[in-house]
Amino acid sequence: MAKAGDKKGSNRPALALHVPEPHYRPGDEADFSHIVVPEAGSAPRPDEACDAKETHPLCDDLIRVLGDDNKAHGPWDPRLDADTLRRMLREMALVRAFDNRMYRAQRQGKTSFYMKCTGEEATSVCATHALAADDMIFPSYRQQGCLIARGYEPVEMINQIYSNKADKLKGRQLPIMYCSKRLSFFSISGNLATQLPQATGFAMASASKGDSRIAATWVGEGSTAEGDFHSALVFATVYNAPVIFNVINNQWAISSFSGFAGGERATFAARAIGYGVAGLRVDGNDPLAVYAAERWAADRARSNGGPTLIEHFTYRAEGHSTSDDPSAYRSAEEGTAWPLGDPVKRLMDHLIDMGEWSEEQQEAQDAELDQMVKDAQKDAEKNGILGHGLHHPFHTMFEDVYEDLPWHLQEQADQAIREREIKFPEGLKK
Amino acid sequence: MSQEMNGAMTDTATASDTGDAKHMNMIEAINSALDVMLEKDDDVILLGEDIGYFGGVFRCTAGLQEKYGKTRVFDTPISECGIVGVAVGMGAYGLRPVPEIQFADYIYPGLDQLISEAARLRYRSAAEFIAPMTVRSPFGGGIFGGQTHSQSPEAIFTHVAGLKTVIPATPYDAKGLLISCIEDNDPVIFFEPKRIYNGPFDGYYDKPAKSWKGRDDAQVPEGYYKIPLGKARKVTEGDQLTILAYGTMVHVAQAVCENKGVEAEILDLRTLVPLDIEAIEASVERTGRCLIVHEATRTSGFGAELSALVTERCFYHLEAPVERVTGFDTPYPHSLEWAYFPGPVRIGEAIDKILQD
Repeated sequence: MAKAGDKKGSNRPALALHVPEPHYRPGDEADFSHIVVPEAGSAPRPDEACDAKETHPLCDDLIRVLGDDNKAHGPWDPRLDADTLRRMLREMALVRAFDNRMYRAQRQGKTSFYMKCTGEEATSVCATHALAADDMIFPSYRQQGCLIARGYEPVEMINQIYSNKADKLKGRQLPIMYCSKRLSFFSISGNLATQLPQATGFAMASASKGDSRIAATWVGEGSTAEGDFHSALVFATVYNAPVIFNVINNQWAISSFSGFAGGERATFAARAIGYGVAGLRVDGNDPLAVYAAERWAADRARSNGGPTLIEHFTYRAEGHSTSDDPSAYRSAEEGTAWPLGDPVKRLMDHLIDMGEWSEEQQEAQDAELDQMVKDAQKDAEKNGILGHGLHHPFHTMFEDVYEDLPWHLQEQADQAIREREIKFPEGLKK
Repeated sequence: MSQEMNGAMTDTATASDTGDAKHMNMIEAINSALDVMLEKDDDVILLGEDIGYFGGVFRCTAGLQEKYGKTRVFDTPISECGIVGVAVGMGAYGLRPVPEIQFADYIYPGLDQLISEAARLRYRSAAEFIAPMTVRSPFGGGIFGGQTHSQSPEAIFTHVAGLKTVIPATPYDAKGLLISCIEDNDPVIFFEPKRIYNGPFDGYYDKPAKSWKGRDDAQVPEGYYKIPLGKARKVTEGDQLTILAYGTMVHVAQAVCENKGVEAEILDLRTLVPLDIEAIEASVERTGRCLIVHEATRTSGFGAELSALVTERCFYHLEAPVERVTGFDTPYPHSLEWAYFPGPVRIGEAIDKILQD
């Protein structure tokens, strides 16, 4: 077949389909010098009550507070006391220790699946600190930091990861799909971006009742491509809903770089402009900047200022999940070449610079947290690991499909019990 | 009030606490149910395209925004994904949202939020969060709506664990069932057969349209009453065969039987999930013959489920194979609507066949 552009008499070039390609593939040297990293403290901070338009220049900027000198700079400095900073540092370090231990547990066959958030800890831990304790969190799957920051017990998380008999979710959900109503942490879905319109709806409900609770939701840059993102933003702007959209731009959606969500053309924060909502773009590896941006958005939402879209610019330092091998599609050098550093180290260096912390204290804390996670793991293992019999009783499979058990599920439950008796005529070993 | 009507009333309430009955068509009955629930429960809110100031394209929410205010009855963007998605979030807050999807044909952009979210939320959160929403939507054809305003997609929803599917066939049932749905703590799909909004269409499309006027099943109490979910209604008594139907097809089947002089026991299923299997078994065991009628397409339609259940459970009582009368497996055509519609000829032929075996 002849190409259209080859047609005689046509001097127009043939149409060409653009398929995005990341900068670096395995074996390539990674060089991020094309990423513009503004000076810490250089971004202006509009008033929380400003017109959304005033924030729109920030959608192409990058809010940074912590400079290379480990000091806080500029109008976005949240001026947190040392205790709060130490708490955030501890929680980020706990998340990292927890991730490392659970990754290993999956490799040891104690569970089916795990997802780390290494390098992105600030985007959940520090953002959660900027919210009120009863603000509703609608997380995606990499927000274990939100739960840790709200004080959820590691042993409960591990019970869920092991789907054991103490799992509060009765072994029904894939590991890490946590849920805690007590901590205002909504049930995680494996279907991406569905939490966004739900967060908007929660915020609309709270506003319709004259309440003070707001909603905050998290989504990866890749799944902003889902229609739910658009629906959520449209509803949020139409009803001026008190909701914060945290887009975690960690550059990679499994093996697809951010270009497959439109990242080659515009920032993710810039999507706020089209909806007429406030938009901020923040250095996601800068714990102070993340806190400050989230706090700005929370204060704005709580004062009927409406929704804010925050792009947290960060880097997924590890694979998508335990089922992923990033060395198959991206340069191994990317992590070390990433220009925005490591959030845990940056906050630690800042506290040390303030004279409020030391490397020795950090080492001791790391050892303490590691032990704490190990102890929690041991406690959880008493309740069973995946596939070792200590799961919730059989009949729980049929519960909570509906509030009441309908006849057809009762019949199927009877069938399941019969099958079990055929498989284990002597009864199950205790 | 007829015998069955009194039977239905005793399910839940007596006339004294439901208020005086008055004539209502199905639109007025639905409006009345919404009115009663908005009044009774501050957590009930209505949302949907054109349902606010205007009162809905079929007028089911007429006057309710004026009465209850814009924060409880409001218009939405044209986004079914958004409508269902925000309703899930509102349920998580503690509200009891009643979203309207303007036509059942438009519901598909909301399917992920219905199937993966609303239907699964109770299960996946071990009942920490629930989605107590009732999605109302007009469905079915016979109004020259073409393929995008005529569909009957109920089987998509009956296939989903965690959803309930409810379809009324009379104004009285529409109100009582809708109130039960709104008070139910599980997500419910409430399909309103729009061809019978204004009158009980009997399938004889070339004859003058009938209205609900003068019928017992259009005498609707003005107050609160419920018809329990999962209970079928016996429309007619008869020994020759059992007919299982719902929505518009209840009336079509009844008219065909009257015209042919066939004594059928017609069961209006009212709730597809959970199904009233006891009523179905009792009837088929007595008559030994079963005809299933629905307007939806045939392959994998709800009739297939009904046929399988009847065959599995009543096989040794059957004197003839179970028959299905359905729409054809094509999109709903515009000009050939009445050739597509499972009307009196198709039903009559099936009855003849089932009775001759």
